[in-house]
Amino acid sequence: MKKVAVVGVGQTKFSGPQDKTQVELFAEAATEAIAESNLKPKNIKALFLGNALGDFEEGQGMLASYAAENIGCMYVPANRYEGACASASMAVRDAFMWVASGYYDIVLAGGIERAATMGTGMATRTFAMFSDSRYEFPSGITFPGVFAMLTYLYSKTYNVPIQKLRERMAKVSIQSYRHGSVNPRAQFFGKNADMTVEKVLGSFMVCTPLTLHDCCPFSDGAAAVILASEEVSKKLTSKPVYITGTGQSSCGPLINQKDFLPRIRSREISSQQAYKMAGRKPEDIDLCELHDCFSIASLIASESLGFFEYGKAGEAWEKGEAEIGGKVSINPSGGLKAKGHPIGATGAGQVYEVARQLRGEVESENQVPDAKIGMTDTLGGDCATIVNIILERGW
Amino acid sequence: MEQKLYFKDYNEALKQNKLLGLKCRACGTITVPPKMACRQCGSPDMEVTEVKTDGKIITFTTIFVGAEGRESEVPYTVVIVELEEGPWLMGNLEGIDPKAVSIELIGKKVKMSTKVFPGDKYSAGETARPVFSLVN
Ligand SMILES: [Zn+2]
Repeated sequence: MKKVAVVGVGQTKFSGPQDKTQVELFAEAATEAIAESNLKPKNIKALFLGNALGDFEEGQGMLASYAAENIGCMYVPANRYEGACASASMAVRDAFMWVASGYYDIVLAGGIERAATMGTGMATRTFAMFSDSRYEFPSGITFPGVFAMLTYLYSKTYNVPIQKLRERMAKVSIQSYRHGSVNPRAQFFGKNADMTVEKVLGSFMVCTPLTLHDCCPFSDGAAAVILASEEVSKKLTSKPVYITGTGQSSCGPLINQKDFLPRIRSREISSQQAYKMAGRKPEDIDLCELHDCFSIASLIASESLGFFEYGKAGEAWEKGEAEIGGKVSINPSGGLKAKGHPIGATGAGQVYEVARQLRGEVESENQVPDAKIGMTDTLGGDCATIVNIILERGW
Repeated sequence: MEQKLYFKDYNEALKQNKLLGLKCRACGTITVPPKMACRQCGSPDMEVTEVKTDGKIITFTTIFVGAEGRESEVPYTVVIVELEEGPWLMGNLEGIDPKAVSIELIGKKVKMSTKVFPGDKYSAGETARPVFSLVN
């Protein structure tokens, strides 16, 4: 297997509803990544693109081929990846595999989504398509509803009183808002830095016990990364970021995960694969952009990734262990909560953030000191698809 | 290979308040709702069985923001119930005030009946949904 480097990254600002089309959004991110890589579109051998709901957002299917042609990547294979919110991470991981195999030397991977453009009702309906359509959706379950149920289950399983848990979850949102407020490409850039526990708990109830400030927003946005073989990367950049480990795992509907919940078994398996491939352990990770679609999701994720003991992540956040420069810096970008969550683009957005952290290029307030090893964690649907990627400085 | 129990037959039975599942000949696990392979061991060697509908609440939520087309249903309470024979089932909890739910619900015993979700333009038809109520 060849070594694979990230040689360039690009991203639009993540935002609420906006007017650019999906291919226009992707072009903005992709051309940034291509320019940063000192490449031309004609050098790209394939496009792997995450896109979960383009059909519903614009009535546009087969988006990958249009996105490739639009930026001048003519006649290349262009594949769409759909794994709900993990779509772009699947695309990046497969791009890694193809370059590692030696079949392609340069692949563009990324994602696009216009979830915010759909509006709350349609977005809530289409996000619920990632629950089981026959055996779960008829009850009226929504995506926040899944994590609301996991919140009560977490409280009961680990004996954390629900009020205490909700306060700890609020502190997760507060930390994310603070980081996002200084990230110029975050949806909540310049906003909510003064969030308080009282404001989180007192905001609009989406589904008990999750309030608006426990939930990530609906977002529009795109992200792109260029992966190249080690040999090619040396000619393109003095700061290659190597992908040293990846993992991916899937499972069925929430109700069939009964032996493990609120632990996410597919995440434990996926992250173990990534750690093993990289020869790393959770304590080696300097920063992690993890899938905080809801405040409780941060606690659950950080435990299954091995950063904190089961049932203890909330305390870790309170003690600052998940803060920038703590035991592991979690979501210095603001995460899904504050940076935003254009679902099919989110995983590539996480790689964008980790690569820039390792290169020391983010805003000084959000820079993890001496960051050498970073990780991404992306979750799709009812915890049914998980992808993890470990990235390391190559210089 | 034919699946031992299909959605269509499961759904028709559920409308009659009858819960069909699959009992694994290899490991004894009951799988509900139907799938090709045992949820525990992956064996396809299962037989159709009627499953007891008594159970207890594992977790719940009351939803205030509904999907497009279902806004008029809010607020409503969704529960996951563990049936006596092991499987988890997602459904609704009725006969309570959805706005007044609390974590005390977890562990409470419930009995099952059903209603029908008529479906929307995406859902390929109607689907029976379990509706639970507390057992006093
Ligand atoms: Zn079995």
